[in-house]
Amino acid sequence: MRLRGLIRKEFLQVLRDPSSIAIAFLMPVFLLLLFGYGVSLDAEHVPIALVAEQHNADTESFASAFRQSRYFDPVIMTNMHDAVEALNSRKVDGIVDLREDFSRGMRNPAGAPIQVIVNGVDANNARLVLGYIEGVWAKWLEGESLANRRELNIPVQVQERVWFNSELRSRNFIVPGLIAIIMTLIGTLLTAMIMAREWERGTMEALMVTPVTIREIILGKLIPYYLLGMGGMILSVAMAIGLFGVPLKGSLWVLFAASSLFLFAALGMGLLISVVARNQFVAGQTAIIATFLPAFILSGFLFDISSMPKPVQVITHAIAARYFIAILQTVFLAGNVWSVILPNAAALLLMAGFFLGLSRRKSRKRLE
Amino acid sequence: MALVRKEFMALLKDKKSRVVVFVPPILQVLVFGYAATFDLKNIPYAIYNEDNSGISRELEAGFYGSPNFQQISRILRQDEIKPLIDKRQALLVLHIGPQFSRDLTSGRPAIVQIIVDGRNSNTAMLAMNYARTIINGFNNQLRERNGGAGPPAMLEARAWFNPNLESRWFIVPGIVGLLTLVVTVLVTSLSVAREREQGTFDQLLVTPLRPVEILMGKALPGFIIGTAEATVIILVTVFWFKVPLNGSIITLYTGLVLFLFSAIGVGLMISSVSVTQQQGLLGAFLFVVPAIILSGFTTPIANMPHLIQNITLINPMRYFMVVIRGVFLEGTPFSMLLGQFWPMAVIGLCNLVLAGWMFRRRLY
Repeated sequence: MRLRGLIRKEFLQVLRDPSSIAIAFLMPVFLLLLFGYGVSLDAEHVPIALVAEQHNADTESFASAFRQSRYFDPVIMTNMHDAVEALNSRKVDGIVDLREDFSRGMRNPAGAPIQVIVNGVDANNARLVLGYIEGVWAKWLEGESLANRRELNIPVQVQERVWFNSELRSRNFIVPGLIAIIMTLIGTLLTAMIMAREWERGTMEALMVTPVTIREIILGKLIPYYLLGMGGMILSVAMAIGLFGVPLKGSLWVLFAASSLFLFAALGMGLLISVVARNQFVAGQTAIIATFLPAFILSGFLFDISSMPKPVQVITHAIAARYFIAILQTVFLAGNVWSVILPNAAALLLMAGFFLGLSRRKSRKRLE
Repeated sequence: MALVRKEFMALLKDKKSRVVVFVPPILQVLVFGYAATFDLKNIPYAIYNEDNSGISRELEAGFYGSPNFQQISRILRQDEIKPLIDKRQALLVLHIGPQFSRDLTSGRPAIVQIIVDGRNSNTAMLAMNYARTIINGFNNQLRERNGGAGPPAMLEARAWFNPNLESRWFIVPGIVGLLTLVVTVLVTSLSVAREREQGTFDQLLVTPLRPVEILMGKALPGFIIGTAEATVIILVTVFWFKVPLNGSIITLYTGLVLFLFSAIGVGLMISSVSVTQQQGLLGAFLFVVPAIILSGFTTPIANMPHLIQNITLINPMRYFMVVIRGVFLEGTPFSMLLGQFWPMAVIGLCNLVLAGWMFRRRLY
């Protein structure tokens, strides 16, 4: 009964200050739209300078291979000087240089060298662009050998099979990751300030003189925000499938169960911050620094965890989003792989228990 | 001036506030600097070699000896592949068929199958590129040994400004912008709301201070804290992570000052419209999170759809990313960065004017 009253009070508070509703429902839609389209690692139409120092049939066939590729927007130039200038002023991301003796070189047994220069500032992008250039080159070689009936001497050929995401669409792994980040934000933001607010406004003392127990206070805070958070989650999943076309290979109920666990961990963390900080400025600052930034960088959302140095890998185990992202990417793209889902779910359960238990301990009915 | 001092004291008198403003950014630059890299090391892979000849072992050795790969198991049956990849134990499986050595000796192209876990498409693509490089090298070796002619044209690739393509050189300077933005916007966006909640803002308004002066008083602490933190992080970038600083420090700080100016403008703007601290925090979040993700910090702006590319034009961090990376890696001169400087100044100015106007409006 008392609990129901508290929940009712919390709901009324949520309804009065629409910022909580905005956090739960508008934020996921807004962020998912913006980031789902905005965050992409697939480079297309990369501007590139193609220097043909001498124009002839060979350079023309090479250039047309670039023109046909959807990855490149080649600009044909005739000397290296212009190309370097374009690279320096960031008009192009790379240079492919066919020297004057390109045609002659092609007819030598040693072959003609093609000089490739990329702007390496964005190393990841540069590497992908180099890979694409290699692809165009390999395709051109094949065409040339067919046209000239000269067999290509490539002893070992590679046949590539990409599982789960055969077109290598980066959106398919970024959108599930984004859901985890957005849920981290919602879960923590919703709860990070509520306890601190009660302390600052002095209503916590008022609550203490009533017969409600601490457990009831915490549950009274948790249940409304859990419902709000799950609403946001359902919205995000619907958008991921409906709007962004991410395939859902696993089952919805696994997704639902994992999200509940994660949400409890996130809400618990928010609650803990709020209980310890007792001050909205500190709570807010901690929430953004301790949740969003680590979830963004240390969770495996973009950066591969196994490539990090060992001490940093150890730190990532403390980030709840890490487990949730592993589950989301697997459930969305690979299916219900229990050997991935169960250990990660167990970790989430542990973290939820830890944070909630600790906030319970820290928030005794006591004035300082 | 007394107002600036008071703001500082309000911000720093509480020990917890002091700690959250200064300690996490320093720790984070260290942790994130190591964590935020797209470079793959120790890619876990498995070998399924049905051929088991000397020549296929040589190909295996190419992977075994590479610092990018780490062999986790050798498998003997086809159906062992799936569980390894499903469980994420192996990112890549190299499958050498039983015909491999026979095809090679008879001059037919021998086919090697590579199976990659595509759940993270970026990692998958990079792992595949590394594998292809090893196999290309192996092909060159074979050709040299057998004296066959190579392809009619070969690529010779080089990367400028970052010859080893270390993504850390790209990410760590970005972290300077990231952390500076977070701290400055948070410090300024909650400053007015806090006084409103405590009721001291009305008292401030009845003093002879003009709104411009109040605004200045609120802006300066954020500016000083932001500059100090950015300086520390820049020092860490240069001396700890050894990222080369090729350009001039004056250019860098011109960019930094303008960036702080715009970030403070946004923070004060948020502060002036929010009544409670919760709203201030929400506003700060709603600005900071998109500003970071859509700044080109991790994923290139050029990959975004045109509509979103246009939205990023009002994001001050986008310009600062170009400035800091240009100055650090390319040594870009001052004059070439003017195109990045003025938008930050305009964004800051617009927001400050708006914030000042909101202050005055609240009076009546």
